[in-house]
Amino acid sequence: MTDPVVADTRRLNSKPQDLTDAYGPPSNFLEIDVYDPQIVGVGRNRYTTYEVRMRTNLPIFKLKDSCVRRRYSDFEWLKNELERDSKIVVPPLPGKALKRQLPFRSDEGLFEESFIEERRSGLEQFINRIAGHPLAQNERCLHMFLQEETIDRNYIPGKV
Amino acid sequence: MSFFSFGQSAEIDVVLNDAETRKKAEHKTEDGKKDKYFLFYDGETVSGKVNVTLKNPGKRLEHHGIKIEFVGQIELYYDRGNHHEFVSLVKDLARPGEITQSQTYDFEFTHVEKPYESYTGQNVKLRYFLRATVIRRLNDITKEMDIVVHTLSTYPELNSSIKMEVGIEDCLHIEFEYNKSKYHLKDVIVGKIYFLLVRIKIKHMEIDIIKRETTGTGPSVYHENDTIAKYEIMDGAPVRGESIPIRLFLAGYDLTPTMRDINKKFSVRYYLNLVLIDEEERRYFKQQEITLWRKGDVVRKSMSHQAAIASQRFEGSAASESALEQAAKEESG
Repeated sequence: MTDPVVADTRRLNSKPQDLTDAYGPPSNFLEIDVYDPQIVGVGRNRYTTYEVRMRTNLPIFKLKDSCVRRRYSDFEWLKNELERDSKIVVPPLPGKALKRQLPFRSDEGLFEESFIEERRSGLEQFINRIAGHPLAQNERCLHMFLQEETIDRNYIPGKV
Repeated sequence: MSFFSFGQSAEIDVVLNDAETRKKAEHKTEDGKKDKYFLFYDGETVSGKVNVTLKNPGKRLEHHGIKIEFVGQIELYYDRGNHHEFVSLVKDLARPGEITQSQTYDFEFTHVEKPYESYTGQNVKLRYFLRATVIRRLNDITKEMDIVVHTLSTYPELNSSIKMEVGIEDCLHIEFEYNKSKYHLKDVIVGKIYFLLVRIKIKHMEIDIIKRETTGTGPSVYHENDTIAKYEIMDGAPVRGESIPIRLFLAGYDLTPTMRDINKKFSVRYYLNLVLIDEEERRYFKQQEITLWRKGDVVRKSMSHQAAIASQRFEGSAASESALEQAAKEESG
């Protein structure tokens, strides 16, 4: 057997790419925006809600464009559900800010503009990271959070 | 080795007969440094001389015998007391008596079997050495000389490519291919990754070479993984239908041949790990074992001739044809 002295480093043959695949829209489009904070309620029972808008072309999501209103405790609920049911290491939420709930503050506490903005940004990062995870996409709680108007806390947990 | 506070009365050293002509090879020591040792292959004869030099030429040295051993042994770091000798040869050089002047003794171990390659790893070491000993009542005078053994193979008859389709349901499907399953240490891994379905946001893709050293048997098996190389093959987000080429030159990395169940004591195996990383730093990977083997050195023609042949294979242009002619002229001229 003759030994080739110089190795053959030519590329392996591959199928040419279809131009519609090459220049078409990518099949991994997923964008979630958390915006428009609104203060709901009166006096001591006020809380902030945010608009959570999802646009995607992933087939696993029933709606390609959805819009819901969620508050911080809803995000906490989602985090707990995922930590319990899925094997994922769930990313952290922005802080709970208990100190801001105490009276006699010099600023607006929970409704301070800069705090709301910080929290909004943290929630947006959180939901984008978790929604892109292939294992989280199998959980019913994520779909309910993103695409159903209200969260049914008595739902039956499970996979999609 | 034995050292007394008032010094040895004699020195012993070992010199090979072909020390001038025999090649040396670099080999890692236990503390990570690289040293050069005489290189031997299976079946080669090991011959030389043992010099016993008296420190005080007048004073006689009493001894219970002088011998030389050729030893091949496996040392497990967690069990240093037990050396597993798989080769043990001895030649007696002198019967018990005394020497009054420095002496030289010839020895020859003919066609010594050296079944395994020398290996220094994380938890195990396989070494070959000559050990010359002047046996005495209280303490021996010994000297060890390590050698390095390489095991050579030829091109395997069967060397199929590795081709597989893997993925996560409805999320990421790829087909990967490597041109061979057995590579020699200076070989090139040529392959490709073909994307069938991409529903995640990929940031980049790399291929790692992982070395796994396994020591122990039965319940107390221990694996030590070491990532020898990380080589990025794609930067950016691929789409369906895209094909990413792989060309990884093995000569640049510190590799040994694959060693399987050496003397039932340890194994050294190599894996290619294909890793895709998405925008959230999530890692998706597929590991595949490859066999590495050591090729014997071929007598090399002049470099320019080789380069000319290589370029002609890919281009066949006028320029490279004339280069080939020129090289042929240089060789014959």
